[in-house]
Amino acid sequence: MLVGKALIGLAMSGTYSANAFALAPASPQAAAISQLFVGTLIYLGAIFALVTFLVLYAIIRYRDRPGAPEARQNFGSRKLEIIWTVVPILSLIVLAGFTVRTMIVSDPPTANADPDLRIVAHQWWWEIYYMKTGVVTANEIHIPAGKRLLVEFRSADVIHDFWAPALGRKIDIVPGHPNRLWIEADQVGTYLGMCAEFCGNEHAWMRFLVIAEPPGQFAAWMKEQLAAPPSPTTADEQLGAKIYHESICTNCHVASVGPDLTHLASRRTLAAGALDNTPENLAAWLRDPDQFKPGSNMPNFELSDDKVRALVAYLETQK
Amino acid sequence: MKQAAIPDTLGGESFEEEAREGWLSWVSSVDHKKLGIMYLLGSFFFFLVGGILALLMRVQLAAPNNHFLSPQVYNQFFTMHGTTMVFLVLVPMLVGFATYMVPLMIGARDMAFPRLNALSFWVQIFGGLMLYFSFATSGVNGGAPAVGWFSYAPLSETAYSYGPGVNYWILGLLGIGVGTITAGINLIATIICLRAPGMSIRRVPLFVWMTMITAFLIVVVMPILNAGLVMLLIDRLLNAHFFRADSGGSAVLWQHVFWAFGHPEVYIMILPAFGIISEVIPVFSGKPIYGYDFVAASTLAIAFLSLAVWAHHMFAVGLGHAFDLFFAISSFAIAVPTGVKIFNWTATLYQGRIRFTTSMLFALGFLLMFTIGGLSGVAFAAVPIDWQMTDSYFVVAHIHYVLFGGTMFALFAGVYYWFPKISGRMLNERWGKVHFWLTLIGFNLTFMIQHVLGMLGMPRRVFTYPALPGWAEMNMASTIGAFVLAFSVLIFMVNIAISLRSGAVAGDNPWDAWTLEWATTSPPPPENFTHGVPPIRGRRPLWDLAHPDRTDEMMMKLVK
Repeated sequence: MLVGKALIGLAMSGTYSANAFALAPASPQAAAISQLFVGTLIYLGAIFALVTFLVLYAIIRYRDRPGAPEARQNFGSRKLEIIWTVVPILSLIVLAGFTVRTMIVSDPPTANADPDLRIVAHQWWWEIYYMKTGVVTANEIHIPAGKRLLVEFRSADVIHDFWAPALGRKIDIVPGHPNRLWIEADQVGTYLGMCAEFCGNEHAWMRFLVIAEPPGQFAAWMKEQLAAPPSPTTADEQLGAKIYHESICTNCHVASVGPDLTHLASRRTLAAGALDNTPENLAAWLRDPDQFKPGSNMPNFELSDDKVRALVAYLETQK
Repeated sequence: MKQAAIPDTLGGESFEEEAREGWLSWVSSVDHKKLGIMYLLGSFFFFLVGGILALLMRVQLAAPNNHFLSPQVYNQFFTMHGTTMVFLVLVPMLVGFATYMVPLMIGARDMAFPRLNALSFWVQIFGGLMLYFSFATSGVNGGAPAVGWFSYAPLSETAYSYGPGVNYWILGLLGIGVGTITAGINLIATIICLRAPGMSIRRVPLFVWMTMITAFLIVVVMPILNAGLVMLLIDRLLNAHFFRADSGGSAVLWQHVFWAFGHPEVYIMILPAFGIISEVIPVFSGKPIYGYDFVAASTLAIAFLSLAVWAHHMFAVGLGHAFDLFFAISSFAIAVPTGVKIFNWTATLYQGRIRFTTSMLFALGFLLMFTIGGLSGVAFAAVPIDWQMTDSYFVVAHIHYVLFGGTMFALFAGVYYWFPKISGRMLNERWGKVHFWLTLIGFNLTFMIQHVLGMLGMPRRVFTYPALPGWAEMNMASTIGAFVLAFSVLIFMVNIAISLRSGAVAGDNPWDAWTLEWATTSPPPPENFTHGVPPIRGRRPLWDLAHPDRTDEMMMKLVK
């Protein structure tokens, strides 16, 4: 029940009103694919309509009924065979031409540039490095709207796949095979993305958001990420900081086994999209991660209520 | 009537059944008809198991963030569902029909190697049991494999799947692979060596043609899978690193090996289905197949091209545009001979006298449903569309339109067509039609909507999803469709059970069909054609027999 409510809340909060529709493109790359897709669907739909018409016409016109003429014993026609071989070939050559053109537009060459971002895919979360500023974040990719950024993808473990349907093609993230892709959003907005290659237990909750902001707002976000978060002040915050830094949390969370939490409070979701990032959800997550993301690598430490309250108080200051 | 003697099994051994009673007469049998029936029953059993797994998955997906199945269990279920349907249902069901029908259709006493025939079946069954035994492994990491039916490395390596599930998957598939390869060899030998006098290779029924091409494909590509499986097993058990990038191996290599087998496998699952359709549509249209030569030759073209399209499963891997384009063009090319078939089946209907039997309804359903699956396949060959839609629910919809809307519809057409021959009794047509319409409605309700879910960004193989606008409703519709589909299968089973007891007696040739299997009794006697076969002077021996004044030979001359 709790989970159900949390998720409904999350949907209502607007996080998941984010666009993930392949035919509602928000970048030139996605627009090119969408155009090809729609055109191809019309072309294929016409063929299907033709076949359906031919079949339905034949089975109605030539159905067995009293007085129907005997079936004509004919064996085929070389002329027709040539027609229905050659016409599809010609139409497919046209489709192949559009395919090549769309490939070039939707996946421009990436060789001669330094990547702006490096995205490392983990079981089951995303680690995002801004190469020029050194900012590290997780499960949320902030980009300036209208600017093309080169992303390099690496895998920390198994094969994953980066897919933000409104922004363009998906790309596999294969261990030992780094890939590169230009990403871009020409409108300000939030775009939904996810892992599209099955990667184990929690593949379903390996989601991310691409947040395209006006350049000024993006710069402000970057500045905030670069700044050190405020020091804990209240007793709860101080206790939380002590638990976080001196017990087991940092074993994973500063070692890229789990996401870096330095600016956790500035993010919109928890656990790669499983929960909306609210203090209540964070507390529920700390009490029992398996309730929300069973099989994830975050252990249940059976924290006391006091400790949970302290950790939440501390982490909520980490903007 | 003068009857020609027929060729014996290779080596001239006599395989007369010993007079055994009850189950022993089945277990010890080397008769192609008994083995064919066992293939069909065995694969139908696995069809029910795989279908129940699918229903459980659809229950889990009926509502957002459902907790009916844990991700661990859900992931095992979709792995087992895919593996089961491909390796233990569609292929063996088609092999089962081939095992039963091919010797009858070409006028042979049995398969070329009857003992090998029994071996193929039993090894395949034990492979399936081995695969399912994985559910019995216990412990935290126990249970069935949870890596998807293509088992991508390194997820399938011990570092990420340390339980024994994947080992059972490998060993099970090796057993199934050996069984399938030997069945392929047996079918090739049978069709090449045991055709009755007069049954030239250009006169064999198209089902036999397509079975032979399929058998060649099996022999060429199944060993690729077996090699890959052994490599993965060595990685897992002997700590090698064929597919482990962290120690010098390559995760992409597994994909090449798997799909070099995996894509031709799709054609192994569809070509014999094409064969069934090429028998059913002409018979119920009252006409010979339109363009026999082109339907046969296009099968050959598909088989050759199918060996050069595998990397269209890998467009998202990032192997470069030139690489992608090669496989895009070969994939476009394979659509052409497939289209030739669709047009020839359609043309066969024209100027016919069409009888809407259940078998014909399923064949017509196949014609339209498979066209949808084939066309969405063309969309996937256009690389950028694949970049968007691969690994989404759009691809789930596509494969089900090909393998259910295509192969399963054709198999149902085959069951309704050949059940009278195999059992001696007719299946009830009224219940058959209820079965057909429920299948058509349930199938489209389940899978049509999944195209939309894919476009909206629903990835495949997720055990749950957030409450995005519309997703709950669309997934619920899909789940309801799955239950309609399941209900239609129940009706089918009841129909079989009742018709076996009290169906109308079929007689030798209830459909007025023309191929040799209809020249014998229903069911055929233990030994085929002891009195020889009717003379074979064309593709439709029984037509020629019934119409001596206008045999196919005469009419073809007239056309020329």
